[in-house]
Amino acid sequence: MNPLLRRLRHDLFATPADGLITLALLGVIGAGASSFLRWAFSQARWAVIQANSTLFAVGRYPIDQQWRLWLLTALLAAATGITWGMLRSHPRPDRGGTLWPRNDRIAVGLLVALSLLLPWMLGLSPSVQLRWLAITAVLVLLRWLAGRFGPLLPGPFKRLLPLGLPLLYLIGMVLIGGGLGLASVSPSEWGGLLLTLLQSSFAILLCFPLGVLLALGRRSELPLLRWGSVLYIEFIRGAPLITLLFLGQNMLGFLLPGGLAPERVWRAAWVLTLFAAAYLAEAVRSGLAAVPRGQLEAARSLGMSMPQAFASVVLPQAMRVALPSMVGQFISLLQDTTLLSLIGLMELLGTARTVMANPAFLGRNAEVYFTLAVLFWCCCAALGLGSRALERRLDPAAIARSG
Amino acid sequence: MGVTRSSLPRSVLGAGAPVPWWRNRRVIPWLVQGAVGLTVLVLVAFLLSNLIRNLTAAGLLLSWGWLSQPAGFDIAETILPFQASDPYWRGLLAGLVNTLRVVVTGLLGATLLGTLLGMASFSGNVLLRNLTRVYVEVVRNIPLLLQLVFWYFVVFLSLPNGTAAIQLPGVVLAKSGLYIAGFAEGLRWMGPHLVNGVWQAPLRWSVEFGALLTGLIAYSSAFIAEVVRGGIAAVPKGQWEAASSLGLSWIQTLRQVVLPQALRVIVPGLNTQYISLAKNSSLAVAVGFSDLYSVAETTLNQTGRAVEVVLVLLGTYLALDLFISLLMNGLNRLVQIRER
Repeated sequence: MNPLLRRLRHDLFATPADGLITLALLGVIGAGASSFLRWAFSQARWAVIQANSTLFAVGRYPIDQQWRLWLLTALLAAATGITWGMLRSHPRPDRGGTLWPRNDRIAVGLLVALSLLLPWMLGLSPSVQLRWLAITAVLVLLRWLAGRFGPLLPGPFKRLLPLGLPLLYLIGMVLIGGGLGLASVSPSEWGGLLLTLLQSSFAILLCFPLGVLLALGRRSELPLLRWGSVLYIEFIRGAPLITLLFLGQNMLGFLLPGGLAPERVWRAAWVLTLFAAAYLAEAVRSGLAAVPRGQLEAARSLGMSMPQAFASVVLPQAMRVALPSMVGQFISLLQDTTLLSLIGLMELLGTARTVMANPAFLGRNAEVYFTLAVLFWCCCAALGLGSRALERRLDPAAIARSG
Repeated sequence: MGVTRSSLPRSVLGAGAPVPWWRNRRVIPWLVQGAVGLTVLVLVAFLLSNLIRNLTAAGLLLSWGWLSQPAGFDIAETILPFQASDPYWRGLLAGLVNTLRVVVTGLLGATLLGTLLGMASFSGNVLLRNLTRVYVEVVRNIPLLLQLVFWYFVVFLSLPNGTAAIQLPGVVLAKSGLYIAGFAEGLRWMGPHLVNGVWQAPLRWSVEFGALLTGLIAYSSAFIAEVVRGGIAAVPKGQWEAASSLGLSWIQTLRQVVLPQALRVIVPGLNTQYISLAKNSSLAVAVGFSDLYSVAETTLNQTGRAVEVVLVLLGTYLALDLFISLLMNGLNRLVQIRER
């Protein structure tokens, strides 16, 4: 028998029951796919996405200030390119030391294809299409430059380079919100993907140190620290996020002296941060539990102080173990930003609601939700992929192999 | 021969200079705790004093009298009878009963579907195995709220009414609700039927409830499938081989050999998933189902009693989580291995 046929038979038609299941599933898949394609190509009216693409991207951000967001996007692309290139420039024997491993070639190909295709599908004007292409070109060019000439840079400069990333975040905040001579744009005018990404990146960055402190507190031998951390973590984890957001919107005004309560967008950002910290603490705690006691004792007996021993011996190992669950938390944090629409913020889902309330696009729910779902799916899946790649890189066995 | 004290260099002994008190190992813990405790205390005192001052200024100082005032709003679908003239506490209670209804039905449905999916991911059928993977990856990477509004606005609200409604054996899905067969008066089995163009059945669920339940079950079952998969994967391969060499079929092996062992790993994971399902049920407000949170929101809008409403909400959800945890811990003790 033909090996392919034998393989098919073994995989799909091993027993009569298996055969029935296969046929039934094929029927379901076929019916689902055909009705989806019919919907997507003949019934769906994608004009609702094309006409509102700017709204979905940045909300009601003033049009005459949008150049700041373009500049920020270009800066982000440049930073991504440089980081990517620098990471690849380290000689890695398991990759044969090539500057462009296969996955990178695929990624660049995808990026270029997306930057050509997406703006065209969204019906953006030719000049905007060109802008996206230029941004992608900057990314790829810097990726090449950093990979090729990065190793030739002087050592101190290379060590200082990572500091550029937090600096970039601060620059981004100024570009978005204004200040330092730029006209201020109030947070109530931020929206769409911009607000979603701002909220989730803010919460991810700030919940990290908080979560580590809480995890250390929970494992501390000092009763006050331990019980304080336990109380906080369990309280936060016992409440649905929506009730905490509700608390933030309705009670923060009472808890702070009059006029000191932050803007609604910032209130939500802080609630998200404090919420995520409790969950992150549990992830870090499981990582800490996986580090043998002997590591701390060895570090201490070498004369390291307690903070030194934690910072340079225990935490790095704990972080590696906790990485998958931490990224899992970040993914759910990104998804949880959709809850902000329930308290009236204009993040992606909130923007979608206003778009669908527009009489011109009434009843176009399916198109809008489908687009958002694809967007979220891609972001979350990318985070998951990145986490798995990082896991492989940090795996002690792989590090030992590459010397 | 031991080393005498005098033969060691001074620096090793640290003799001479006495250890300053702030580096004394018995003092440091108290210093740290004192500092942290003081900070927390000052912060709490600051927040509380503001709260009391602001509440006094607004005339909303903590009181529970408003709970017995008439609510003045209606709840569309309740098990506990409720009218607009009933007091607020009864409205909140009706909301809680609705929440419990979603949580209990959701738990059952998600456990069933999740277990089936988790088992299917070990099937010999490649198509089935990969399809469960795709399902899990798709569902887990899309926000639950987005899925809920999709089920409600796109699927359930576009169901046809009357004779065009989707008729399955024993169940009719229409825009006016989901009609499910059951026992009518006199223990007579009755399916859904049309009366003057309107569907009638012993059991009717609103589309809001249906959408919420579908969304929650679809979402949670993906996570439960992963828990079940992890539990089954934790059972050594030799167990499968031993069972099949004894002549047990795939289903028999799974049911009588693998699952009882896998349950030990599965139950703690299920606990986490059940608690998140209970918390996620608060997203009912997005599809217009009146659960506890949605009633509480309306109550706050009418009374302005932010502190009390938030306390009720947090307390109730905490109690619900604790209750689920207690149940699952009991179950966990049952399935744990007992060695004589």
